[in-house]
Amino acid sequence: MIGSLGQPILFLVALGFGFGPIFEKAGGGNYIQFLAPGIICMGILFTSIFMGIEIIWDRQFGFLKETLVAPVPRFHIMIGRTLGGATVAVMQGVIIFLISLLVGFRPENLIMLPLAFVIMLLIAFLFTALGTAIASRMEDMHGFQMIINFLIMPIFFLSGALFPLDNVPRAIDIITKMNPLSYGVDGLRATLLNAGHFGLSADFAVLGIVALLLLAIGSYLFSKIQI
Amino acid sequence: MIKALNVTKKFKGLTAVDDVSFEVGKGEIFGFLGPNGAGKTTTIKMLTTLLEPTSGKLSINGADPVKDKDAARYSFGIVFQDPSLDDELTAYENMEFHGILYKIPRKELKKRIEYLMKYVELWDRKDDLVKHFSGGMKRRLEIARGLTHHPKILFLDEPTLGLDPQTRNHIWSYIKQLNKEEGMTVFFTTHYMEEADKVADKIAIIDHGKIVSKGTPAELKEKTNSSSLEDAFLSLTGKDIREQEASNMDHLRAMRRMHKK
Repeated sequence: MIGSLGQPILFLVALGFGFGPIFEKAGGGNYIQFLAPGIICMGILFTSIFMGIEIIWDRQFGFLKETLVAPVPRFHIMIGRTLGGATVAVMQGVIIFLISLLVGFRPENLIMLPLAFVIMLLIAFLFTALGTAIASRMEDMHGFQMIINFLIMPIFFLSGALFPLDNVPRAIDIITKMNPLSYGVDGLRATLLNAGHFGLSADFAVLGIVALLLLAIGSYLFSKIQI
Repeated sequence: MIKALNVTKKFKGLTAVDDVSFEVGKGEIFGFLGPNGAGKTTTIKMLTTLLEPTSGKLSINGADPVKDKDAARYSFGIVFQDPSLDDELTAYENMEFHGILYKIPRKELKKRIEYLMKYVELWDRKDDLVKHFSGGMKRRLEIARGLTHHPKILFLDEPTLGLDPQTRNHIWSYIKQLNKEEGMTVFFTTHYMEEADKVADKIAIIDHGKIVSKGTPAELKEKTNSSSLEDAFLSLTGKDIREQEASNMDHLRAMRRMHKK
């Protein structure tokens, strides 16, 4: 757990303090305030995907075989794994949140903290289900690098985690609107900072629907695993 | 107890198991032998609900593993070739999790775990993390775990592969004892012919997906005029080394060796 905190903290500190002055000068306000929710989402995203993808390893060497042979419906196993992975990912998010407080982040609205927590849960759940869905189709670790570089990185960088989504070029605008993480980042900003782009209800709606969709797809693919 | 009737399994362009039929009676120790790539593991996977046959009928303790998956699953325990334990849990926790998956009531589970772990002599290590266990210990734990739900059948895929002679001896003595005292049916695969010779009541040899020969070890030796089961085996399956492509499994095993501490 501690090792995987390295990257988010690095981003937070390096980008936060590095870009801070320019961001402020351009009228964006305090960059650390802006960035922290994005970095929290970064931690949740990466941890969730890793948790989901773990099953490739598990498939041959671990525990998965034991669960597939047991008299338990695959759907239950899927839910169990997704909730478990999401729990770990949310804990990461919370740790990053606490660290960001050390670096200068100040949430505006403490009452909304529980809602922020729910958003984090939704993001974690969504991406763990996605990780599991992807991993259900992979037989070994070879495609793993490709998934990280061509799917996860773009999801992170084009989600408004690092830069505001107002006034971006049209192409980027379209992509960010289609990216579920954008709504997660926005949701966190809305609950922690009262600063939204899509609106909190839109965020909840998109996150909720996509999470359920991915859970359904993931369960289906998971049930089709043959080892 | 275990029946296979004209079972075939085809993958894209490859017939892994071709019209295989055999029967294992209650309380028998049945050895399923064959060269690499013969179709042993595929057959076991079909018997244990992990794969569905392309055609043919299977029966596990009277239940069809395709139509009555759960009924079949409660009837057997399995020890896989590669460990399927959760390394980050203790031995006790692994046993407990199995009990939860198989819906064993709490109180009974506690007693059962203690009994089984003492049986395989791992009770004093019950609170140790499995990642610190040797291969032999993991195998013993998996045997204990597979028996938790009182299955009528125990499947073992290469149970003594890579183990030292003392551990191998221990494992077979547990199994023989279970077979004698509780009438447990045992279905195993192995490359260790001398062990199969000593332990098995009946043997089937599979090669290129087809059953080549069936019978007791004595019958097979007589049929091929051999003094050892290994010679009988070689005479029935030929002496050529089986060409195999490195499978995904081999890659994963290599990666695992790299990552092991």
